[in-house]
Amino acid sequence: MKKDLISITDFSKEEYLRIMELAADFEANPNQELLKGKVVASLFFEPSTRTRLSFETAINRLGGRIVGFADPDSSSATKGETLHDTIKMVSNYADLIVMRHPLEGAARYAAEVSSVPIINAGDGANQHPTQTLLDMYSILKTQGTLDNLNLFMVGDLKFGRTVHSLLQAMSEFENPIFNFIAPESLQMPRGYKHHLEERGIRYFEHEEFTDIISEADIIYMTRVQKERFSDPIEYEKVKDVYILNKAMLENTKPNVRVLHPLPRVNEIATDVDSSEKAYYFEQALNGVFTREAIISHVMNLK
Amino acid sequence: MEKNDAKKKLKLKVSAIKDGTVIDHIPAKSLFEVISILGLDTIKNQITFGTNLESSKLGAKAIIKVSDKFFENDEINKIALIAPHAKLNIIRDYEVAEKKIVEIPEKITGIVKCFNPKCITNNEKITTSFKVINTSPVALKCKYCEKITAENQIKML
Ligand SMILES: [Zn+2]
Repeated sequence: MKKDLISITDFSKEEYLRIMELAADFEANPNQELLKGKVVASLFFEPSTRTRLSFETAINRLGGRIVGFADPDSSSATKGETLHDTIKMVSNYADLIVMRHPLEGAARYAAEVSSVPIINAGDGANQHPTQTLLDMYSILKTQGTLDNLNLFMVGDLKFGRTVHSLLQAMSEFENPIFNFIAPESLQMPRGYKHHLEERGIRYFEHEEFTDIISEADIIYMTRVQKERFSDPIEYEKVKDVYILNKAMLENTKPNVRVLHPLPRVNEIATDVDSSEKAYYFEQALNGVFTREAIISHVMNLK
Repeated sequence: MEKNDAKKKLKLKVSAIKDGTVIDHIPAKSLFEVISILGLDTIKNQITFGTNLESSKLGAKAIIKVSDKFFENDEINKIALIAPHAKLNIIRDYEVAEKKIVEIPEKITGIVKCFNPKCITNNEKITTSFKVINTSPVALKCKYCEKITAENQIKML
């Protein structure tokens, strides 16, 4: 049976650890010609330069060839072809499909239609599992473990798919503690808190972004996006509350690291960049090694 | 004695069948949806139905009698979302041979629309598929977009 990566929960804890192990191997030796002679389709039904470049770098470092499109204007989708037909055709050409699509569930559907593995590079507000795995690799690299960590998530916890998937994945590990810092209108949805409660995992909710972060091992920042607010006054009230600056990091633990899925707007002040606790740019580089690992895993190359 | 007579009279409002299935306790407002979900509008069997009958439990109920038709559980359970209290009497030679109740299945394929407008199933011709994660109230998790359609958001396709 072919292996796909559509949702972070498609993988077991053992598979998470296997990806981590492979990512470390690719970090030590990024150029391994495991995809030599193979064709990978990179289908971006919605543009995302950052994610696409990371994937295409990973594919090139594995020695694979790339076909596909970078934005929907150049694709048949805009000429009325169904996703079904595009995937049917491309899966006859390529050995692997990496796809990003603006509609939720598009990747799961593509996996049903395709005869070759599908890696979901984001399906609307639903899932972006390769981001989660690179976040986990970044946490493992900086903390030396995925167990017994105090994870602070800050900003838009209601719509932020990266924090939802990270919560699901990290809840598979030993004894995590979650701290959610968000305005009332953007709090972690009930379903995810229920997921933690079922597993007996502790979590705490805060509206104030203060020195409570002194307990943190990881501070995961997200963007508070204007378009998420139905009331513009509400946005104005909270937009500058969830900003991290260097002074706030003074009394934090020496091992704490600040993560962010990028691109940032203003939620991390630029003075944080020079702090040794800032990790978001390295985090992005980890994405290439993690995606090499994910491709190798779904295609059984290693 | 009086009570039995009243019961008899109510039964007579819809004529008896020799062999087949009587589906009782359908909310009156869901009658035509039940007919369509079970495909009764496309079969040749004799069908009689009554609606807006008095029911202490449902307010107004409907009843359907289908001659020479015996439903598989998978088939009949499809109506559980809109007629959760429906009761079936299997009739053989004018007698009730068996009674059944409907049960909400673990998986629902087709029938229901995903409430999420950004779901791929609402944008391309795809059969919907849900896992029933709660039965009372009903909560359905879409296999595709992974969003949960709550009981008050359920719309039939
Ligand atoms: Zn859906």
